[in-house]
Amino acid sequence: MDEKLKNELSKQGIFTTTLQNLYNWGRTNSIWPLNFGLACCAIEMIATTMARYDMARFGAEVFRPSPRQADLMIVAGTVTKKMAPLVVRLYNQMPEPKYVISMGACAISGGPFKQGYNVLKGIDRFIPVDIYIPGCPPRPEALLDAFMELQKKIDEQTLTGEKRPRHLNAGEPSEFVVPRYGAHDLEPTKNPNLWKAPLVQISQAGTDESGSH
Amino acid sequence: MSTATHPTAHFDLQPTDGPGKEQLLELSMGPQHPSTHGVFRMKVVLDGERVVRLKPVFGYLHRNHEKIAESETYLGSMPYTDRLDYMCSITNNWAYALAVEKLAGIQVPERAEYLRVITGELTRLQNHACLIGFLMQDMGSSGTPLMYAFREREKILDLFESLTGARMMCNYMRFGGCRVDLPAGWLDQAKKVVADFPRFLDEYEQLLVSNEILMDRTQDVGVLSRELAVSAGISGPMARASGVDYDIRKVDRYSIYDRFTFRVPLGSHGDVYDRFMVRLLEMRESVSILEQAMRDIPSGPIVDPKMKIRGFRPKPGEAYGRIEAPKGELGFYLVSDGSPNPYRYRVRPPSLINLTVLEDLCVGRNVADIVAILGSIDIVLGEVDR
Amino acid sequence: MNLEAIKSEIEANVPGCRLELVANPSPSGQHSLRTGAEHAVAVAVYLRDAEDLRFDFCSNVTGIDWPSREVSQKVKVRKLVDGVEQEVEEVRKTALPGTLEVVYHLFSVEKKHGPISLRMSTIDRDANVHLPSLTPVWRSAELQEREIFDLFGVVFDGHPDLRRLLMWPDFTDHPMRRDYVDPDDYEYEPTAHDEVLRRAQQHRSEADEEHPGEAGER
Repeated sequence: MDEKLKNELSKQGIFTTTLQNLYNWGRTNSIWPLNFGLACCAIEMIATTMARYDMARFGAEVFRPSPRQADLMIVAGTVTKKMAPLVVRLYNQMPEPKYVISMGACAISGGPFKQGYNVLKGIDRFIPVDIYIPGCPPRPEALLDAFMELQKKIDEQTLTGEKRPRHLNAGEPSEFVVPRYGAHDLEPTKNPNLWKAPLVQISQAGTDESGSH
Repeated sequence: MSTATHPTAHFDLQPTDGPGKEQLLELSMGPQHPSTHGVFRMKVVLDGERVVRLKPVFGYLHRNHEKIAESETYLGSMPYTDRLDYMCSITNNWAYALAVEKLAGIQVPERAEYLRVITGELTRLQNHACLIGFLMQDMGSSGTPLMYAFREREKILDLFESLTGARMMCNYMRFGGCRVDLPAGWLDQAKKVVADFPRFLDEYEQLLVSNEILMDRTQDVGVLSRELAVSAGISGPMARASGVDYDIRKVDRYSIYDRFTFRVPLGSHGDVYDRFMVRLLEMRESVSILEQAMRDIPSGPIVDPKMKIRGFRPKPGEAYGRIEAPKGELGFYLVSDGSPNPYRYRVRPPSLINLTVLEDLCVGRNVADIVAILGSIDIVLGEVDR
Repeated sequence: MNLEAIKSEIEANVPGCRLELVANPSPSGQHSLRTGAEHAVAVAVYLRDAEDLRFDFCSNVTGIDWPSREVSQKVKVRKLVDGVEQEVEEVRKTALPGTLEVVYHLFSVEKKHGPISLRMSTIDRDANVHLPSLTPVWRSAELQEREIFDLFGVVFDGHPDLRRLLMWPDFTDHPMRRDYVDPDDYEYEPTAHDEVLRRAQQHRSEADEEHPGEAGER
């Protein structure tokens, strides 16, 4: 619709919008996270919901204990190999549209515990991640920033067309393979359809470059 | 003389359709459960609402702290200790520093000891305040007590942040002292926070201590006897709630705790209510220690000048060092073979060992009581699974 | 707390028991007593119940892995060199068999003393890894012995519920042993070094062989 006409109409007390805007407006401002903490980052997540940082300002204070009622999974903490199948299963149980924030260094890559035999080196090996927040743990402000980024992302999603999001595209999967416990490691160790190792230049730490895409 | 405290035999959860078992129900609480404080899981067998059996399942946050530490230098493990019991990073640092100091025979300057006591007791304040908040949250009072606790916690975290640069992962202690000295004006700020704290405690007590619902939910629930507490290695406020007079600050007199006058609150029933009250009273004592320490703190160096932190290689040998962490006895056992890495690095986790008696406390109670009992034990999964 | 006195007291009261005093050269001065597996439970009960000891609080239980190793020692021997008997220094190598050691740190809540460490070792690291469980003596060993069973592979006879504590039941390795090789999932290592660098480079060359010319995109 023509912006000028829209402005003119609103001066006359007539409010116009598109279905897409209305739909996204509603979704953006009522993202309900899953009540789910893994490790240290979960404490900062709780701090974010408390009075000082007050996540309720973004319509996201309603932490749901059941994945069936949640829109957003905040992977807050180290995902161990023992926990990974359960995280994927919880994600599969969430209804579309669903989003994932990978909070903290551990959820992104294993973080400081990367060299542990029981630590998954990034939750994005098994489920798709929308927003990554670095930090160990990220401050509550960082989580709020991630939240606003997610809101922007949702706001830009279209209902139709080539670029429509996964949940409006029947061909896209909404459930992902749940790994099994093996004798030495998870089986499979990653979801190859979802995650491929970024082909970075491997160089020694501390030398000139850490690589490029 | 022997203490009759035999653990229950191993069981596997089987389909409960055998004769006489028609009424039993299996329930898996966790690892994603709003009141299991993280990724803790319990396999529970129920007869109606009554708990018949309960087996905890561990390891969902087992992130190989000990294995990683054995390939790190001694100093390199210090930031990892922050992430053990992530509510109280400073006391974890302290226990580890103490163990290394025992191993290598390092002396700590007086001012550093005072800094340790001040930051350690502040850690205890925020841990106990939040624990009570979480306990109330688990029992259904969503919001208010936890909100109050986090309000106070933020004040203490601000102090930590201005001192160490981080809110939660302080990485503050070094072998033979502390990492940085107090910034200008810090002590005045801290004095103000500590002076205001009793007002919060009054508010908390008024709100909770004689609350009828709280008393109904907690009194005579999860009773732990004195004998079982000692035999099962229960430590910290949980043991003291059962009447075990054992506070490592008094027993070992480590650091400079013998310079302060403070009392050790003891419970007489060993139930959830006593555990809650012991923590509430301990906070009063911590405030008193803090006041004395901030009054007496001398000036001087904050780290032993002879201490070489880089290239640190203790002589072969071993040491076990422990402190009274907010959750109980936090110990570190180190074996050195003379190399820059510890040969064996072991954390004695109070949270894990306090869970030994979880089944004993829960059997015969209702499902809703599990949540209250678990909340009163005060666990942090980073330390339970390491 | 004289460990020598405790040692002779236990040896006098537990029939047939011989203890070894293990000196600790570190400034901590925490020496320990080593007991054989067959008398371990009797020694533990005595330590717990004796009127003057009362070690009723078993604080910490842990395992230590000692792989088999060679110890070289300089010894002086007399032998014939060029027809004359002389004293010659020789380096003698002794192979120490690998063993798994378990250490218990004991305190007394009643007497408020401690710690004293009690140690025992398995015969080797493969077939004979059995030790008696001290859980019936101190309940606090229950979860810690399970952890040692899980991570080191020591089998505690008499433990009421010996299952893996931290890893999943189907896991077959004992990760805290020194010779454990962890699973190789170092495909993506932007800041690699040492062993991780080697593994990451290997992954990279394998990926290049499989998909030659694939650009660095996801």
